[in-house]
Amino acid sequence: MLSMKNVSKIYRTESIETHALREFSFSVNEGDFISVTGPSGSGKTTFLNIAGLLEEFSNGVYELDGQNVTNLSDAQRSRLRNEKIGFIFQSFNLIPELDVFDNVDVPLRYRGFKAAERRKRIERVIDMIGLGSRAHHLPSQLSGGQQQRVAIARALAGEPRFLLADEPTGNLDSQMAESVMQLLEEINRAGTTIIMVTHEKNLAKRARRNIFMHDGRVGSNEPGLHLAAASA
Amino acid sequence: MFRYYAKLGLLSIRRNPVLSALMVAAIATGIGACMTIVNIDYVMSGNPIPHRSELLYHVQLDSWDPYEAAEEPNEPPDQLTYIDGKALLEAGKARRQVLSYRTGRVIQPEDDAQLPFQVSSLSTTADFFQMFDTPFLYGSGWDKSDDDGMAYVVVLSRAISEQLFADEDPVGRNVVMNGDTYRVTGVLDTWQPTPKFYDVSNDSFGEIEEVFFPFSISIAKEVDSYGNTNCWKPTGETGWQAFINSECVWMQLWVELHGDEEREEYKAFLNAYVESQKAAGRFPRPMNNRLYDVMQWMQNREVVEDDVQVLLGLAVLFLLVCLLNTIGLLLAKIMRRSGDIGLRRALGASRRAIFSQYIVEAGLIGIAGGIAGIGMTMLGLQGIKLLYGEFEFVERLVRLDWVMIATAIVLAVISALGAALYPTWRACGIHPASQLKSL
Repeated sequence: MLSMKNVSKIYRTESIETHALREFSFSVNEGDFISVTGPSGSGKTTFLNIAGLLEEFSNGVYELDGQNVTNLSDAQRSRLRNEKIGFIFQSFNLIPELDVFDNVDVPLRYRGFKAAERRKRIERVIDMIGLGSRAHHLPSQLSGGQQQRVAIARALAGEPRFLLADEPTGNLDSQMAESVMQLLEEINRAGTTIIMVTHEKNLAKRARRNIFMHDGRVGSNEPGLHLAAASA
Repeated sequence: MFRYYAKLGLLSIRRNPVLSALMVAAIATGIGACMTIVNIDYVMSGNPIPHRSELLYHVQLDSWDPYEAAEEPNEPPDQLTYIDGKALLEAGKARRQVLSYRTGRVIQPEDDAQLPFQVSSLSTTADFFQMFDTPFLYGSGWDKSDDDGMAYVVVLSRAISEQLFADEDPVGRNVVMNGDTYRVTGVLDTWQPTPKFYDVSNDSFGEIEEVFFPFSISIAKEVDSYGNTNCWKPTGETGWQAFINSECVWMQLWVELHGDEEREEYKAFLNAYVESQKAAGRFPRPMNNRLYDVMQWMQNREVVEDDVQVLLGLAVLFLLVCLLNTIGLLLAKIMRRSGDIGLRRALGASRRAIFSQYIVEAGLIGIAGGIAGIGMTMLGLQGIKLLYGEFEFVERLVRLDWVMIATAIVLAVISALGAALYPTWRACGIHPASQLKSL
């Protein structure tokens, strides 16, 4: 359902060419929970940005849900991103002046849903993350863990096929990180495909598959804790 | 989505109150300066009688010096001689015609305790009131029979009527002017055409006269003109008869003509009249008659001074400078929101959606700038009133009507949208991936 073949990404300045991805090939199946690890500069974020249609690539083929995304217009890419992909960021990236309800509402607005449909979806996901009583709180009135839960609710409200998470627990203490991780696992069990970039090996192991990136390439592609435990 | 973008715009304005206030102030200052001058230009160049302006024609005949035009390059004099005015009036070739000149009278109140006082007056003909559609508080104008019969009749302005008769209807009562008793036929209601189109040769923005009385009486009583009088050759003998038989121009003729056919017929009549006068040894210059309708006449007389046009240009330049400042402020504001833009792009906003969001926000700032700009315009107009308050006409130029208020808002919104184009275009170009890590 997500397939990259020989995808390259080269950043060019006047004097330097930086190869962020080198003939990167990778595929994701429906329902996967993939962790992506690797040292800084290995291309993890570039991969995530390309996968999330936030960045264009220099060469190769990328198919998302069977659709070649190479020559799509900005409007088409935006629509595809809105309908099929949910993002979770390390810094939560909530809009400070909007309350929880309105933050979750943002992608639904661009989707063009009617007010009643938006309300139904928002209330469902806010209840799911356990913040139903705080729908009209501003982000600054929430803890870091709660803010990340709101970000997850926002990512899920549009019922995307993929969830792309960039260090989703990076700014949280261990207890909150565990709570967020459990929520992601629950979401994955419900059928949403998750690709998670992380530095933390313990979290990476909890994914079904772990991709180790090195120098813009896939260094290794191993089953995570789930599969390792199952095969043992 | 418009309501959503408007809500986001208001939130953004609240989030950056200082920057937003600076933008509103920049737009308001530009709009205030621009609209102050636009308003003056608008009042000065407005159509003073829109429902009849295309039916009323000012008559000019070139009876001037053979060696020098009355006005360069080849303009005929702006007024007529008595000989020509009277001849054209008596010919009666137009539907209606008004021959008039500005003068002054002294009123002696009935109450001996009151001192006589001078009033500005217009010596005119019966058609004046119907042709120029003057509003009446009481009564009406006089008839052509009163002109022909040299009746001592008078129409008063509202102010003079109130001064002489308080709130009573004075129609039928008498007013003594310069020793003669006139019967009041009507009192004008408030009427102030701006510009005062029927006599731009004297005072384009002056107040209307206080008293109107028959032309035939003023000639018979040898009432001097208080208006401009221009002569291209000496009158010869002295005295009233010599003056009215001279080539001096001092009165205005207006005629009412409906349609091209009537206008062409009247032009032919004027040409024939001038030919007959040439045969009699007058009109040494080539044929150069003019018939201008009201707005053409205002334009020909350059009722709106060149200075106002120059000021208008400077005011527009000032508005542009303010808009350049607004562009800078808007750019700073939008660039500060790069993270927000990147996030929205990641969540599915197209470039078009981002463009719309920030254009709507700019529109809201424009509306706020327009409202504040109206306040600045009022201040500007009050400033002009303070500086030039000694001139009576200034009072009428510093009014702000609904058209100008709406214009200020529309101009402010258009200006803000124009100023927002570049910053918004930059916003659309923000790369989402580069912003998300920095949030």
